[in-house]
Amino acid sequence: MPENNLELQRFWHVQVLPRSAKLDGHGRDVLADIRHVGLEHIEGVRSSKLYLFDGRLSEQHVTMLAERLLADPVAETFVCRRGLSSREGESDAIEVQRLPGVMNPVAMSVMEASLAILEKDAPDATIAQVQTARRYEITGARSADELEQIAGSVLANSCIETWYVHGHGRCDDIPGEFPIPPTRPFELRSVAIRSLDDDGLTKLSREGHLFLSLEEMQTIQAYYSKLERDPTDLELETLAQTWSEHCVHKTLKAAIDYTGADFGTGGDVNVRFDNLLKETIVHATQTLDRDWCLSVFVDNAGIIALDDEYAVAFKVETHNHPSAIEPYGGAATGIGGCIRDIMGCGLGAKPIASTDIFCVASPDFDADRLPEGVLHPRRVLKGVVGGVRDYGNRMGIPTVNGAIHFDDRYLGNPLVFCGSVGLLPRNRIEKKSYPGDYVVVVGGRTGRDGIHGATFSSAELTDTHADEFSHAVQIGNAVEEKKVLDAMLIARDHQSGCLYSSVTDCGAGGLSSAVGEMAEMLGADIELEKVPLKYAGLRYDEIWISEAQERMVFSVPPTNLDAFLAVFAAEEVEATVIGRFTDDRQLCVKYQGNVVAQLDMGFLHDGLPKTVRTATWQPPEKPEPQALACADVRSLGSLPFADRLLAELSELNTASKEWVIRQYDHEVQGRSVIKPLAGPCSGPSDAAVIRPRYDRDTGVAVGCGLCLEWSDRDPYWMAILGVDEALRNVICVGADPERTAILDNFCWPKVDSPESLGALVRACKGATDAAIAFGLPFISGKDSLNNEFAMSEAESARTGLPRQIAIPNTLLISAMSVVRDVSRCVSMDLKSRGSVLVVASAPVTEVGLEKAMAHHRKVSELVTSGKVLAAHDVSDGGLAVAVAEMCIASNLGVSLDVSSDAYSHDLFADVPTTYVLEMSREDAKSSGFPVIGEVTEDSKLTMSLNGGQTSDVGVDELAKAWRTPLANGGWRS
Amino acid sequence: MSKKVNVLVLRAAGINCDEEVMHCWKLVGASPKLVHVNQLTEHPELLDEMSIITIPGGFSYGDDIGAGQILAQRLLLSVAEPMRAFVARGGGVLGICNGFQVLVKMGLLPGGDAGRDQVTVTYNDSARFEARWVKLEVCTDKCPFLLPGTFLEMPVEHAEGRVVTASDETAKQLLAEGRVAVRYVDESGGYESYPQNPNGSTLGIAGLCDDTGRVFGLMPHPDRHIAHTNHPQWTRRACNGSPDGITVFENAVRFWGAQASILT
Repeated sequence: MPENNLELQRFWHVQVLPRSAKLDGHGRDVLADIRHVGLEHIEGVRSSKLYLFDGRLSEQHVTMLAERLLADPVAETFVCRRGLSSREGESDAIEVQRLPGVMNPVAMSVMEASLAILEKDAPDATIAQVQTARRYEITGARSADELEQIAGSVLANSCIETWYVHGHGRCDDIPGEFPIPPTRPFELRSVAIRSLDDDGLTKLSREGHLFLSLEEMQTIQAYYSKLERDPTDLELETLAQTWSEHCVHKTLKAAIDYTGADFGTGGDVNVRFDNLLKETIVHATQTLDRDWCLSVFVDNAGIIALDDEYAVAFKVETHNHPSAIEPYGGAATGIGGCIRDIMGCGLGAKPIASTDIFCVASPDFDADRLPEGVLHPRRVLKGVVGGVRDYGNRMGIPTVNGAIHFDDRYLGNPLVFCGSVGLLPRNRIEKKSYPGDYVVVVGGRTGRDGIHGATFSSAELTDTHADEFSHAVQIGNAVEEKKVLDAMLIARDHQSGCLYSSVTDCGAGGLSSAVGEMAEMLGADIELEKVPLKYAGLRYDEIWISEAQERMVFSVPPTNLDAFLAVFAAEEVEATVIGRFTDDRQLCVKYQGNVVAQLDMGFLHDGLPKTVRTATWQPPEKPEPQALACADVRSLGSLPFADRLLAELSELNTASKEWVIRQYDHEVQGRSVIKPLAGPCSGPSDAAVIRPRYDRDTGVAVGCGLCLEWSDRDPYWMAILGVDEALRNVICVGADPERTAILDNFCWPKVDSPESLGALVRACKGATDAAIAFGLPFISGKDSLNNEFAMSEAESARTGLPRQIAIPNTLLISAMSVVRDVSRCVSMDLKSRGSVLVVASAPVTEVGLEKAMAHHRKVSELVTSGKVLAAHDVSDGGLAVAVAEMCIASNLGVSLDVSSDAYSHDLFADVPTTYVLEMSREDAKSSGFPVIGEVTEDSKLTMSLNGGQTSDVGVDELAKAWRTPLANGGWRS
Repeated sequence: MSKKVNVLVLRAAGINCDEEVMHCWKLVGASPKLVHVNQLTEHPELLDEMSIITIPGGFSYGDDIGAGQILAQRLLLSVAEPMRAFVARGGGVLGICNGFQVLVKMGLLPGGDAGRDQVTVTYNDSARFEARWVKLEVCTDKCPFLLPGTFLEMPVEHAEGRVVTASDETAKQLLAEGRVAVRYVDESGGYESYPQNPNGSTLGIAGLCDDTGRVFGLMPHPDRHIAHTNHPQWTRRACNGSPDGITVFENAVRFWGAQASILT
C-alpha cells in the first residue's frame, strides 16, 4: 500500500456508477423526461450517485466504505477522489446538490452506517459531515442553455436543490467545503404593533407572512394595548399560526347571512348561520346520533367502531400549496402528515391503509403557455405520485384507493388529498393531559425546513411563491416516522398500561400548534433550547414554528417518564423533555432562561374575532363551458356508438390509472380483499376493502366521490352527488350503508366574495342534506381555501390565461364502511358467460333524497345477499363506459339491448344513483330491475340500437383505448 | 408429534412486514418471537433456541444506499459469525423481499463460492416500484420451504428486485446446482417476459437458496397471500387448501418440527 493511501485528508467524494447502460434505469428515465420537454435530440444520459465526506479519512478508508457500503459489487462501479468535486472527462455534466439546510435522509443514513464500519475497522478515521449529490452526463446537448434547461425543468427543483453545469463553455464552481450554517446570538425581538395604523397592520400581516385580516390584526393590537406592551415576535407568530385558516377553519365557523337560491326546492331564501360548520356538517352527525361513532370532530381523525374490541379511524388532509412548488416533497409530507394524524388519534392508531386523490391540469397542457412559477402538470403528476409512493411504501402502509381528476383550472394550484385509515383498541381512544405531565417531543430533529407552512397554505399562490416560500417546503423521511410508530405502539401497549396520557402530531404550525392545542385547557412551560436541532443557528422563533417532519408531542406522567424514554431509546428514536403542562392556562415559552412568549390560552384560543359575513348565490343563467376546461373535453355527441365509446374510454378522467396504482404497494400488511384493480385484466374497482384483523372476517371498505361536473352548475348538487357517488362505490363492493361514515374535504378558491362564500354554503348544505337522508354521519373533515394562482399582467398577456386562475369549487367526499364478512365482497369484473346485466337506477336528481336512499339500500341488500356476481357504478362516461369497464376487467363480452323503458338516459351520461349489476337470469328477474344485456362467449361489446341495427367493438380495442392515455404517466408520444 | 418450532422474526428501522410474518408463523403452529436487531447483536445467544430466522420485508434504514445494504452491513459487523454457525448446525433462514436483499448483500445467498461479487439484487428494469401478482415455479428440490415441482401465486412489490449475476455462466451454474429456488413464469412457461417477470431478473430468478437449501430468500411476498381473499381473483374462483403463501410457512414447520432436537 503506497504511503499516501493512508494519509488522512479532510474532503473526499465517491462517485458510484451503474456498471453498464443496461443497469442505468434512472438514466433512461431521465432521458425520456428530457425528450418530453422538447429536447428530442438529446442522445443519452448517464446517471451516477455522489457521496461527499468531510472528516479525517485516508484513501484506504474511503475505498473501504465504497466497497462495503456505497457501491454494489455486481451492478455498480465506483471512483474515490479527493475534494468535494471533480471535473474529469470532457462530457457535458450536471451535478445536483441539496440546498444547505434541506433535509437529506440518505446523507444521515450514510453517515451513521459509515461511522459504524469505521468504529470497528478504522478507529483513527472520523466523519463530521456527509452530503449526497447526483451527477448526470449528457450527450447531445447543443448549448449551455440547453443544459441549464435540462437541470431546471427535469433534474432539479430550485426550491430545494442547486445545480452546477459543466460544458459548452460553462464551468460552474462547485464549493470546496460544506457551507457553515450561520449562528446568531440570542436577541429578544418584539414587534411594535401598538403604534401601527391600519396600513401598517396590513403590511405587517403580509410581509411578516402572518396572513391575518385587518380585523384580526386590530384585535391583537387592542389586546396588547391593554397589556401595555408589544408582543414578542414569537407571540405574534403563535397567534398567526393558531388563528390561521389552516388551523382554525375560521371561514367555515363564521356566522354567515345567506341570501339566494333555495336548497333543492326552488325560490329564494334568506338564512342566517351562527356557525356554518356546526349548523350543517356537525348538525348532520348530531341528528343521526349513531352509537358506532366513537369520536367525531374532536380528535385528529374521526373514529368508528369496527367490532367490540377495536375501532377504525379515518382522516383525509390536503397538501396543495407545498405540492404546487415541490410536488414530490409536498405530496410525500402530505401523506406523511396525514399518517401522523392517525398516529396521533386517540392514544395512537396503527395506520393500515392510505388513499390519495389528485386534481391536476391536463398532462397535454401546452408547455409554451405555462405561466412563470408554474410547474408543468406532467411534472406535478409524476412528482406527487412519486411522493405518495415513496412515503407510503416505505412506511409499509398500503395505498388502496384514489382518483385523479383533470381540469386545467388546477394548473397553478393542483390539489393533493391524502387519506389514512388506522386501527386502534377501543380502550385507547380517550386521552387527557394533566398538570405536571412532561411535554416530550419525539422523532425527527427540528430544522429550518417548513417555516410558515400553516400561514402559507392560507394564502393564494403567485408566481413568486416558489422563491418566497421555499422555506415552507418540507422533505419527508418515512423511516423516521415508521420508527416513531413502532416505539409509540410499544409504549401504548406497555405491560404496565399506556405510558403516556395524551399525544398529538406535530404538523402545520409545528410545536406552536401541537403544544398550543394540547395545553389549551391547562397551560405549559416550555424551554426551547432543549429541542434537539438538526444543525446549530436556529433562532428561538424558528424552533417554535418549524414544521420539520416526523415529530410528535407526548404528554407523559412523571411516574412513567423513565419507562417511556427507555422504550424510545431502545427503538433508536430521540425523545426529549421540553417542558411541563401546568394549570394556569398560560403558555410560557423560554429560551436560555429568557421568556420569549407569555400568552394567555384564553386569548390564544378564543380571542379570534367572530365575523359576520354575507353570502349569496344564484344559478348560472346557462352553464357555460369554462375557458380553462380540460383540453380533453371534446364534443363527442355526433360520433357513432363504437367510436364514441372508444373516445369516452380515452378521456383522461376515465382512462386507466394503472400506471399510478402499480407504483403503490397495495398489498403490504396482507390485509387486502378488494384491490384497486379488479379481475384478470385489471379493471377499475369502485372501492377498496381490507381486513383489519387477521383473525376476523370483518372488513373495512374505503371509497370516494367527487363530482366536478356539477361544480359550476350548483355546488349544492355537487355535494349531494359526491355523497351519492361515495356511497355507491362502497355499496358496490359489499359495504353496509348503515355502517358507513363519511368525511368532507372542501377545496375552494378565495372566499372573499359573497358569491364564492355562497357556493361554499350551498356545498355545506348539500352535503348535510345528503348525509342526513342517507344516514351517513360525517366524522371528520377539513377545508383548504384560497386555492388560486395569480400571475402578472405580462404573463397573462403572453400565455393568454386570466391573471387570476381560481380552481373549480371542489368537494371530496370519502366514505369508510364496515363490511360484516369479507368473504361476501363483490368485485366489478364480469364473472360468467350466460349471466345477465341489470341496470338499477333511481337518480337522486329526479326522485329526491329519500327514494334514492331506499334504492341504495335495495341494491346493497342484493349485493350482500350473494346474488350479485359483479357490481359497478355509473359515473364518468355513463352506462356505456361502466359496462365497457366490466368487460375490460374480465375480457368477457356483453350483448347490450337497452330499451328506453329500461333506461331513458343518454348512455354516455353520468347518471347518479345508478348501478350495473351482473346476476343470473333468475335472480335478475326476481330483483325487479330491468335486464339490459347478456354476458357472452365472444370478447365483444355488442350494442343493439333502436331499429334493430347493431354496433360492436372488441374488448381488446376497448381495453387499448382505456389503457393508452395514461399508460406512462400521461406521456403521449 | 413434532415439537414447537421457534422462529426469530427480525425487526429493524424500516422493516415493515413483521406483523404479518408473525401472524403467518402463528397460523402454522410455530412459536415466533419478534426481536429488534439491537437485541440480537447484544444477545446473539438468542439464536441458540431458534430453528428459523426470518427477515421480513420493508425498507430497512430507508434502503437509503441500496436495498438492504445498511441492515446487511449492520448484521455483518455484529452477528455474521453466529448466523453462519446457526445455519451450519441446521437452522433455516427465510428472507422476504427486503430480507432477501439483505441476505444477498450479506453474501449468505446464494452462498458458497458465489460471494458478494457474483450475484446482486438491483433496480428494476423499469426503474420504478411495481406492485403486481406473479406466478412462481419451484425449481429446486433442496429447499425445505418449498415443495418441488409446484407453482405458487403471490404479489411482488418492490423497486429493487432484479437479480443480476456477474456473468451468464454464474446464473446457469446456480440453476444447475438447484440454488435458483423460484422463478417467475408466464402462461406459456417462459421466464423472462414482462410483466410476468416484473423486474427483468436474469433467467426469471425470483428467489435463491444456498447449497444446503435451508437459507432461502425471495422477492415475492408469501406473507401477503395468507387468506383466500388476498388472491386477486378470489371473487371468481373456488378456493381450497392453504393459500399459497401459507404453504411456505407450513413446509418449514413440517421440516424443522421433525428435526428432533438438533438445535438444542
